[in-house]
Amino acid sequence: MTALRTISMADAIREGLTEAAKRDPSVIFFAEGVADPAAVYGTLKGIGSVIGHERMIEMPVAEAGLCGVAIGAALSGKRPVISFHRVEFALLAMEQIVNNAAKTTYISGGRHRVPIVLRLVVGRGWGQGPEHSQSLETMFSYFPGLKVVMPTYPADTKGMVVAAVEDDNPVILIEHRWCHYVQGHVPEGYYREAIDGPRTIRQGKDITIVATSYMVLEAMRAATALAELGVDAEVIDLRVLRPMALAPVLASVRRTGRLLTVDTGFKTLGIGAEVVAETTARCFAALKAAPQRIGLPDHPLPSSRGLIRGLYPDSIRIMRTISEMLKLPAEREAQAEAELAAQRGNLPIDVPDPFFKGPF
Amino acid sequence: MEANRPLSRDRALKAYRDMLRIRMVEEAIAEHYSEQEMRCPVHLSVGQEAAAVGVCLALTDADRAYSTHRCHSHYLAKGGPLKPMLAEIYGKVDGCLGGRGGSMHLTSPEHGMMLSVPIVGSSIPLAVGSALADTLDGRDSVSVAFFGDAAVEEGIWHESANFASLRKLPVLFVCENNLYSVYTPLAERQPNRPLTQLAESHGMATAHADGNDLDAVVSVSSEAVARARRGDGPSFLLLDTYRWREHCGPNYDNNIGYRTPEEFESWRALDPIPRYRRALESSGALRAQAAERMASEIAAEIAEAFAFAKASPLPDPSAAATTIYA
Repeated sequence: MTALRTISMADAIREGLTEAAKRDPSVIFFAEGVADPAAVYGTLKGIGSVIGHERMIEMPVAEAGLCGVAIGAALSGKRPVISFHRVEFALLAMEQIVNNAAKTTYISGGRHRVPIVLRLVVGRGWGQGPEHSQSLETMFSYFPGLKVVMPTYPADTKGMVVAAVEDDNPVILIEHRWCHYVQGHVPEGYYREAIDGPRTIRQGKDITIVATSYMVLEAMRAATALAELGVDAEVIDLRVLRPMALAPVLASVRRTGRLLTVDTGFKTLGIGAEVVAETTARCFAALKAAPQRIGLPDHPLPSSRGLIRGLYPDSIRIMRTISEMLKLPAEREAQAEAELAAQRGNLPIDVPDPFFKGPF
Repeated sequence: MEANRPLSRDRALKAYRDMLRIRMVEEAIAEHYSEQEMRCPVHLSVGQEAAAVGVCLALTDADRAYSTHRCHSHYLAKGGPLKPMLAEIYGKVDGCLGGRGGSMHLTSPEHGMMLSVPIVGSSIPLAVGSALADTLDGRDSVSVAFFGDAAVEEGIWHESANFASLRKLPVLFVCENNLYSVYTPLAERQPNRPLTQLAESHGMATAHADGNDLDAVVSVSSEAVARARRGDGPSFLLLDTYRWREHCGPNYDNNIGYRTPEEFESWRALDPIPRYRRALESSGALRAQAAERMASEIAAEIAEAFAFAKASPLPDPSAAATTIYA
């Protein structure tokens, strides 16, 4: 049955972009190497053959200029999709994104629209180091006028990519490089998934884990291990960082009384800080323990696999933190940790865990 | 060729009227500014009117223009209506942006005045993007980026020029060289070389004209517009001109030491408006009486527009949180 075929998130992105572009001739693509053999991690591969190569715009190595060109084209009826190979390249285009993309609809009282999609790849692996592995989604989520989407699962991703392209606003699509490899059952053809807020991935009554992107997978793995310890964790995939719709999180925390956030960015001033602050302010009476955040430490992200030992949050750290919040017996927690570590085996820490390939 | 044909009498009179109107609007803003009812920065275009009017005379409503913080002249020359402009500067609900933008964002999409952006260089790629969209969709519209001499110091100008030239997009890059970036003269910011060389190195046609000579501006603009419509790509127009008043605000600032009164007087002698008026009078296109009537009509329009702007209510604070998203 075709509805149950399994593909990767990278293929899901390509399918979503292709379906949206087939339906709307105003969709055009910008990238450095838009039609080269690598085609942005395969996510643009073959799209030109489907929709016409003239709609695939090769972008000179000029991120600010071409982001501005895309915005100007959007003001004039086009729906450009710009792909950056790494989020750090988009820093060169920050002025265009923060001023012209985010504010033109507002300034013009809605007479102008800026329907563009900016695809930004974040995340770690293979020694990419301090300027090729950052997760800078918080920066883009700071600005009213932008929408910021950070999907985890392939089926969700394809539908949200379609919705992003069809949205009349600038949408930042944050793709964790390791999520590109995640497999899942993805429907064929056209469908859209609303950019409307978080999704509860696992229901539970003891603690609410709010996670983003690759950290959702780590949180799910931790939740499974916690179940062995008798802890029933609820896992929420935040999915949309702006506008941040926290109603499902608030409802969950009112039931569980506990909140842990796990995201891919820096802990200080991060996504988790916002979720914890808002939830604490609105659910204070329901809290049974101080909310906790897991994120990256306050230093740049080094290249060497020696230096990154223990750096990136994982299921073990999530479990340990929850165990402390719930005051679980130390020896049982240690045993569960050992089991999780054994599952990972001798896998190097700088490659994605095949456990997370799914299919999901 | 159309580019070299002199303007018809009607168009010449319109050009004169448009320049005079911009001058009178700016002077009226300067006069009323001390009332402290226009509570936003103003970057007046006094002295630079011929550049805006000459370029826009070569355009149609379907052509698109993008401007900068110094956008009053471009907005008016492109056909933006006066009342919403003044109401915007007064921060009123009838402003062209409902008070959201102020004087540095003047916009009138209905007249092809697409957007004004105060970050130097920021609006240049937007014009290139419009031109790309027009080209992909088979329209023969032309897009214009107005900017000053400092904008060519920005990387984004080069990125925009490179791409426009690569794809032969219908763009006019219009550089109004008024010799100063705020208080800093060109010679302290750039080596001594023609600004047109920058554009030539991107492989596009260039023209250098006296930006205070309306006919000269119209001539190079018409040629560039024709080139763009033919599909022969972008042009860079370097228009020499001079900002009479301070960078930001209503005053003259020749006394504070960054430029000399003598330099200002030498440029005032090249005032584009009496220059063009003399040409029209000597050709018999404009008589003194008609010129006086024109000025008094404009004065009446301006007085009415100021009254409108002042009478318009302030927007309700609830509007500040609307149209964040389409």
